[in-house]
Amino acid sequence: MSTEPMQGAELLIKALVDQGVEVIFGYPGGAVLPIYDALFKQNRLRHILVRHEQAAVHAAEGYARSTGKVGCVLVTSGPGATNAVTGLTDALMDSIPIVCLTGQVPTHLIGNDAFQEADTTGITRPCTKHNYLVKDVRDLARIVHEAFYVATHGRPGPVVIDLPKDVLFASGDYTPPEAVTHKSYRPQVEPDPQRIEEAIELIRGAKRPLFYGGGGIVNSGPKAAQLFTELVRTTDAPATLTLMGLGALPASDPRFLGMVGMHGTYEANLAMHGCDVMIAVGARFDDRVTGKLSAFSPNSKKIHIDIDPSSINKNVRVDVAIVGDAGRVLEAMLAALKRRKAKPDGEAMAAWWRQIDEWRKRDCLRYRKSDDVIKPQFALERLYAAVKDRDTIITTEVGQHQMWAAQFLRFERPNRWLTSGGLGTMGYGLPAAIGAQIGNPGATVIDVAGEASILMNIQEMSTAVQYRLPVKVFVLNNEYMGMVRQWQELLHGGRYAESYTAALPDFVRLAEAFGGVGLRATKPSELDRVIAEMLRADKPCIVDVLVDKTENCFPMIPSGAAHNEMLLGPEDAGGSKKPVSEDGMVLV
Amino acid sequence: MSEAIERHTIAVLVDNEPGILARVVGLFSGRGYNIESLTVAETDPANNLSRITLVTSGTRMIIEQIKAQLSRLVPVHGVHDLTDEGPHVERELALIKVAGTGEKRIESLRLADIFRAKVVDSTTESFIFEITGSTEKLNAFVKLMEPLGLVDVSRTGVVAIARGPRGFS
Repeated sequence: MSTEPMQGAELLIKALVDQGVEVIFGYPGGAVLPIYDALFKQNRLRHILVRHEQAAVHAAEGYARSTGKVGCVLVTSGPGATNAVTGLTDALMDSIPIVCLTGQVPTHLIGNDAFQEADTTGITRPCTKHNYLVKDVRDLARIVHEAFYVATHGRPGPVVIDLPKDVLFASGDYTPPEAVTHKSYRPQVEPDPQRIEEAIELIRGAKRPLFYGGGGIVNSGPKAAQLFTELVRTTDAPATLTLMGLGALPASDPRFLGMVGMHGTYEANLAMHGCDVMIAVGARFDDRVTGKLSAFSPNSKKIHIDIDPSSINKNVRVDVAIVGDAGRVLEAMLAALKRRKAKPDGEAMAAWWRQIDEWRKRDCLRYRKSDDVIKPQFALERLYAAVKDRDTIITTEVGQHQMWAAQFLRFERPNRWLTSGGLGTMGYGLPAAIGAQIGNPGATVIDVAGEASILMNIQEMSTAVQYRLPVKVFVLNNEYMGMVRQWQELLHGGRYAESYTAALPDFVRLAEAFGGVGLRATKPSELDRVIAEMLRADKPCIVDVLVDKTENCFPMIPSGAAHNEMLLGPEDAGGSKKPVSEDGMVLV
Repeated sequence: MSEAIERHTIAVLVDNEPGILARVVGLFSGRGYNIESLTVAETDPANNLSRITLVTSGTRMIIEQIKAQLSRLVPVHGVHDLTDEGPHVERELALIKVAGTGEKRIESLRLADIFRAKVVDSTTESFIFEITGSTEKLNAFVKLMEPLGLVDVSRTGVVAIARGPRGFS
């Protein structure tokens, strides 16, 4: 099978190269020194040195989500592995293909509470799709190939390979990728044709259909997004997208209603509430989307397309379940629609669109304009105007700025919007932007951030400077953990416990201290100039945008409320101000 | 769909590798599902496969989730809901220690005979009975032994297999 035995660390590098890995994000340490030694002796794999292992995983996520390739991570044992746990959990929740190599103490020391020992496979078992402990160098190459197979097949996710140091020094034979087939893991990719027919039948009879697309479309690849767009256009039905799905349908398409869910648009949420046939594609009926389950889209038949059978009927009972890859299912549906010349009833559709246009007139994203203070929404509108004709990748941190970015920035294609949706990880955006910039050197990569989130992985400015990555950090600085403050205002009687950050750094000087560019906008009139300057910067750049400190993010479906009970902003004349129920309070 | 709580016996064929039991148990604890019993042993040494039999309870929706969650574990080769898939045989084995003398000792031996429990160890003041049967039968026997000097019980949990000529596929 192979020519001559190689050292474990070299086998590992060879296996990664054979899997098409070009970049690995990592941080060295004692247990992985043999791997770093092997990396030093070759030039096929590029290593990006981060400043914290959590950031290594987020950078790999940013790389994976913006390129469609597997993100690869290398960290040492003990604290290296435990620091990676947040990133791994993030990748699991958002279904991002990651292979994370962790160092481990030598096999004879495992279980001895050795220096920098942690039970990595035990700790990462619930936060990975699968994990391995390599005990014998003869298994090493096979396990690497299997890990890539598992990470990318079925619903993607993170896979950990724990590598004891003695295994990295031992000699063994190489196993090429072709020689490895997985024993048990065979996820269903092709849909059941009978289910496709049932779905078409429902769509044909629909009077108020709605497409509800999610991250599964993006994960399936750009082809799936094209097919989804074609299906929406063929049926001329309205479509909404989840936070994870933005870009799966061009935002400029008139059939796009905006994002659905807790901070989704009025028209998207009411369409979800009022539709009679819902076609969920690669979306998982997350609690941020459904709101109160018992009142969720009460009068619709639901078609659910998902590659993961465990997503089906987990939260919401559906009528037609189609297990398969989003791209394959959409292809089969389009073919069946065309073959049967099936289309929803034209007259009913016209009435449905009239209703939707009524909802749209509510103009739910309207906000109070100001000449004195920068409204965060306005800052994002100016940012979008400046970047919309470029190849722009947006990452975010987590909180109000993230929701405003989802509402006010528009995505014409998939893989250009990278946000921590499932886990909601503050500190995600900057490392993800670094990974995205590594994978897309020509793109404009912007982390839309809050001043609180950005401090959670600010050390990565150093990484960005080291690799001369012109990532932009667009900080909407309101001095508050804005979403916490908003909930405290709306749900906790305005008792702003610990949500104000005193002693914030001067972000301009902070950027400069790292060797980047720092800019600041304090008035609306300065925004365009500052944004232009930011886009010109050829170094990492932080823009400190001082925004209205008490602006809230609307629309909002309060916890425990239904889609038709959403709160609209102060600008809305007919906005209901329903107090939050006690049941709702306990929900996050 | 019914909200009634159902009891299901599920057979899972898995790779016999370290951590597999932790994956299954972690899935149940992490998602808040019940495990009433769980047994595991290697059943196909040539292919390095083990069979897990577990008994769980929940609403129909939860049972379906449990099966879907088990199926997506990477080292799982197959999941069968024996309760749903037709008639099957369930057995459990217990070792039951009863200590005592005189009339109670004789009574325990008499009841053991009725239940077809075997005496596998005896001293002048104790017996260990081995009994095989359904969970209900074992429960009944244990209950009867309580007033007769029951001191210790060890049970295997349910093992189960479908009736008829077909194997696990």
